Amino acid sequence: MKGMTVIVKTVSGWVKILIFLFGINIILFGHLTPGGGFAGGVILASSYVLLMLAFGRQFVEKNLPIPLASKLDCAGAFMFALVAILGIVFGGSFFVNFLYQKYLPGKALNLISAGTIPLSNIAIGLKVGASLFLVIFALSVFCKDFRCKDLERDLNKLASGKE
Amino acid sequence: MAIFYILLLFMLIAAIIAVETKDLLSSVICVGAIGFGGSLMFLFLYAPDIAITQIVVEVLGLILLIRATISRDLTTITGDREFFGVVVSVAIIAVIFLAGVRVFETLPDFGTPIFTKVPDAPSQTYIEKGLSETGAANIVSSVILDYRGYDTLGEAAVLFTSILGALVILRARSRKLLEEPDE
Repeated sequence: MKGMTVIVKTVSGWVKILIFLFGINIILFGHLTPGGGFAGGVILASSYVLLMLAFGRQFVEKNLPIPLASKLDCAGAFMFALVAILGIVFGGSFFVNFLYQKYLPGKALNLISAGTIPLSNIAIGLKVGASLFLVIFALSVFCKDFRCKDLERDLNKLASGKE
Repeated sequence: MAIFYILLLFMLIAAIIAVETKDLLSSVICVGAIGFGGSLMFLFLYAPDIAITQIVVEVLGLILLIRATISRDLTTITGDREFFGVVVSVAIIAVIFLAGVRVFETLPDFGTPIFTKVPDAPSQTYIEKGLSETGAANIVSSVILDYRGYDTLGEAAVLFTSILGALVILRARSRKLLEEPDE
């Protein structure tokens, strides 16, 4: 997979940052406008899919290494669990919205409002984006190096080698 | 209301084509058409959150399926269906249809919210007290991340586990095959 033509590369080079910013917008304003962590995370992942289709897999791996992506995935999951557990510490029960109830009420319809909901949105967006990116990367490796013919040949080789 | 029936007809035709066609690529495109019809339906039902999620996931899945389809050597389906499989499928669909008829009798009409029929439904509470209790203007966000936080935690755990499993299976196998020296 070496990528597509110059036209596709140029256009996707311009469009990728717009898609990425749109995903961040959807995540950050999830408590005010339609959208939220899941949809925004999928948009973030789809910007990397665009890069992967246009420029090839090596480019994307250089841009966002796989260990970093899995660390981001774990960080998102950890952050979401942390928000839930901080609810026990500060609010008295699991998943209580302690920021809104006690410390930072904010004003409705402002960006900084709704307590822990934006934090949870960011965590879920990070988690969903990184994990969908990882799955698509694994599937593209799978599609390329793992054809059925190769599988049969290798299985035959393994079977004959063991006997 | 007519728009829903048009969309439903469109999705039904797309579903039948997706099942019956012999060409894999057209089948995948028809599955995408079903998803886009569903997304439009959510949009006309005033559920933009679900519509956004549906259309984004649909685009991503369609790209993946098309890439997986066109990199194959064989893109048409050959051979007939098994008789036993068809019988089992038809029986299961009939059971689900009969159960669905009973379920849909108890639901309110299509497009009307549940609290018009059940006076003390929880959705009434969410709509009345959502803004003052959570401070989030988007009520869907306040439901999935505050009132129903456990559900979202479970969803995140499901996603995490499934991706863990997929990565373990896909990466380990291909890496092992790559590392083996060619004889």
